[in-house]
Amino acid sequence: MSLLEITDLRVSFPGRGWRAKPVEVLHGVSLDVAHGETVGLVGESGSGKTTIGRAVLGLLKPSGGTIGFNGETISALAPRQRRRLAKDIQVVFQDPYTSLNPSLTVGDILAEPLVVQGATGKDARARVRTLLDQVGLPADAAERLPREFSGGQRQRVAIARALAPQPKLIVCDEPVSALDLSTQERVLDLFIDIQRSTGVAYLFISHDLTVVRHISHRVAVLYRGDLVEMGPAAQVTSEPAHEYTRKLLLAAPVADPSLQRERREARRNLAAA
Amino acid sequence: MEAMTTPSTELIVAIEDAAAASRTPIWKRLLRDPQFVVTASILVVIFLLGILTPLLTQHGPNDADLSMVNAPVGTPGYPLGADETGRDIWTRLLHSINTAAISAIIGAGVALTVGVIAGLIGGYFGAVTRASTEWLFSLIMTFPGILLLIILMPVTGGDYRFTMLIFGVLLSPGIYRIVRNLVVGVKNELYVDAARVSGLGNLRILSRHVLFVVRGPIIIAAAFMAGSAIAVQSGLAFLGVGSLQIPSFGAMIASGFRNLYIAPTQFLWPSLMLGVITASLVLLGNALRDTLEGSKPTPVKVGAGQKVAADGVAKAHASGALLEVTDLGIAYRGPSGQPREVVRGVSLSIARGQVVGVVGESGSGKTQTAFATLGVLPPEAVITRGSILFDGQELVGLTDAQMRPLRGKAIAYIPQEPMSNLDPSYRVGSQLVEGVRSALGLSKREAKARVIALLERCGIADPQRTFDSYPHQISGGMAQRVLIAGAVASRPRLLIADEPTTALDVTVQAEILDLLRDLQSELDMAVLLVTHNFGVVADLCDGIVVMQKGEVVEAGPATEIFQNPQHDYTKMLLGAILDEGSVRADAPAAAPAEGILR
Repeated sequence: MSLLEITDLRVSFPGRGWRAKPVEVLHGVSLDVAHGETVGLVGESGSGKTTIGRAVLGLLKPSGGTIGFNGETISALAPRQRRRLAKDIQVVFQDPYTSLNPSLTVGDILAEPLVVQGATGKDARARVRTLLDQVGLPADAAERLPREFSGGQRQRVAIARALAPQPKLIVCDEPVSALDLSTQERVLDLFIDIQRSTGVAYLFISHDLTVVRHISHRVAVLYRGDLVEMGPAAQVTSEPAHEYTRKLLLAAPVADPSLQRERREARRNLAAA
Repeated sequence: MEAMTTPSTELIVAIEDAAAASRTPIWKRLLRDPQFVVTASILVVIFLLGILTPLLTQHGPNDADLSMVNAPVGTPGYPLGADETGRDIWTRLLHSINTAAISAIIGAGVALTVGVIAGLIGGYFGAVTRASTEWLFSLIMTFPGILLLIILMPVTGGDYRFTMLIFGVLLSPGIYRIVRNLVVGVKNELYVDAARVSGLGNLRILSRHVLFVVRGPIIIAAAFMAGSAIAVQSGLAFLGVGSLQIPSFGAMIASGFRNLYIAPTQFLWPSLMLGVITASLVLLGNALRDTLEGSKPTPVKVGAGQKVAADGVAKAHASGALLEVTDLGIAYRGPSGQPREVVRGVSLSIARGQVVGVVGESGSGKTQTAFATLGVLPPEAVITRGSILFDGQELVGLTDAQMRPLRGKAIAYIPQEPMSNLDPSYRVGSQLVEGVRSALGLSKREAKARVIALLERCGIADPQRTFDSYPHQISGGMAQRVLIAGAVASRPRLLIADEPTTALDVTVQAEILDLLRDLQSELDMAVLLVTHNFGVVADLCDGIVVMQKGEVVEAGPATEIFQNPQHDYTKMLLGAILDEGSVRADAPAAAPAEGILR
């Protein structure tokens, strides 16, 4: 049995204007995430990858299909029951500049979910120290405000917040896209280390195939609200079965002038064919 | 827009200054503001006098002594004299302070309570709740305020406290609107989503995450509302509306007004006190706004061009290159005073028809260098030294008017965010035509034909339709094509592209890079490409300049730097690129005991 089981998920947004028809952005997507596994979700803007993440997090209501977590259907839960799941499903968002409340100290940000789950102030403070240590931030970070940190450090704070209640699944929505290249690699390695030591599963959403390949066990490719391909990371990213995946692979420029020239030719040939 | 953009150097300077400021608590920063200290002290002294009234006076506020009618200033027991019915003016003045204080507290308090609660609810919850609170407060706003207070006098029984209660409700739409607008902005912030995912209830999210963030403007508005409550209470009392037993500034001014020719000072004291109190409240509100919201930037002279330090310009030798940047330095003066150099002695050169990529991480100063070349550095920036030679002409120190013949003609620009560089209220075509006409001096019809041809050349399938579209009707990739069409319209000799594909999807990025390459060879343009993506550099560039923290650490032909990087930083950057071949190999971490493996 999988940890997360998404079956035939459909999401519609209300259309623009008076009595406009709703716009369906996900047309029946099914995928699953096992315990301790990373499933990468790749797609371009408008593919619906972020929408899947928000539906799993309960931030929007699906118009069809089900989301199962640990054997329980969670897509139709009332808000009050849904809150119980906060312990098990957490999130790391893309933008470390807006995902942390600017007026709370890092310590308060990290302690809040713990206190809500019923921890005492003292326990929460001790846990905050462990968390900061786990994500490689100094202990005195707890007293500082988010704006005193760089992008990479803020993303570490966001990861620590997600880890606080010891969840079983973390939805990572483009968590390294806003970071510099060198920071990106370190944060990805941190994600992998944490997974090895805690056994948490990731639903890892990104537009960057290279990033997804680096961290995922399995990869799912989304195109305009449909899942076009899913399989082991190595297979999807080196011998893609679907034409769109192939196009996506060839479109990403490689940091080597001669290799890039070859890739460009291959892409043009594919487009011409 | 899919890919996030890394923060700019300006932002980083601003963030660091803000970080320095954030370490001093707000009350300490307030105490450093003379306007706050003076106005707050005046108000404290005045209201302290009000509280200490029983100790400072010998008479009751309504004790009339007919022998003292219109007693002059300095009469024993009547330091400020007595009024037309022989009441002590000093006593009545102090009692009036209390009346004003109670009016302010009730008026502003009710407005805050009603406005903040309704604003939080109306802004945070769904469309129906928002529409109904909106309707309710619009209705309240339609009531004629002062008139309503006078008409309701029989209901309130002339008690100014009831009147102020109603006035508070009448003031509340102002607060409601402020709070609602702030909440609508804040509730879509990711940290509110994150709080929801953390299992926080609506009440806790509202009080801790939303109210806490929007508190600044509310405090400021409260200071202004207190002032207007006092003014309205006085105004009503001046008109004689309400109980005549209550000493207030308005009643005193009315009495002094009647006696203006007999004893002019009677009119002076209450007017002075009322004036000082309301002025102090307004100035206090302004001081609070400056401290809580950050003061407004100082106005700058328009058209003067980029600021250059007095001893900055060093004459450089003209070489054969099209663009020759020598020892360029750019500094920012933050609010904390000291100028900080963000570009430190950068030199680079671009030959005719050459494509040079400037690579670096956020804060490396790559965009600042490009902006200086375009002459569009923000007003806070100062060029501290160096020279920028374009085709033998010195660009440092030019005014906007001198720069104009070059910009858009010889030097063109493609921005990072195509959407924010198109004006949403004009059609795409008219914006392009405007640029083409000013650059080339064509007639309207010629310019239109030219633009349509260019759009087609830039890979837009239906150029007429795009020409007639508004920016929001086209996609991000299309918008970038439109801007490229506009940039190359005048056949520029130098194209400056600042992260031109960062905000685009990879498949669109590949197409845009193809287009740029084709146009570059077709027009034989030199290109200065600012990017953080080595793949883009490898695809397009002949030469590379690697920047770190405002300095050039390595420069040379692209193939050489990719194959044999010299500087440690370049090696680190190239090493940080995730390997194409590497796929995660380890198996998923073992499931916890209660989980069942697939």
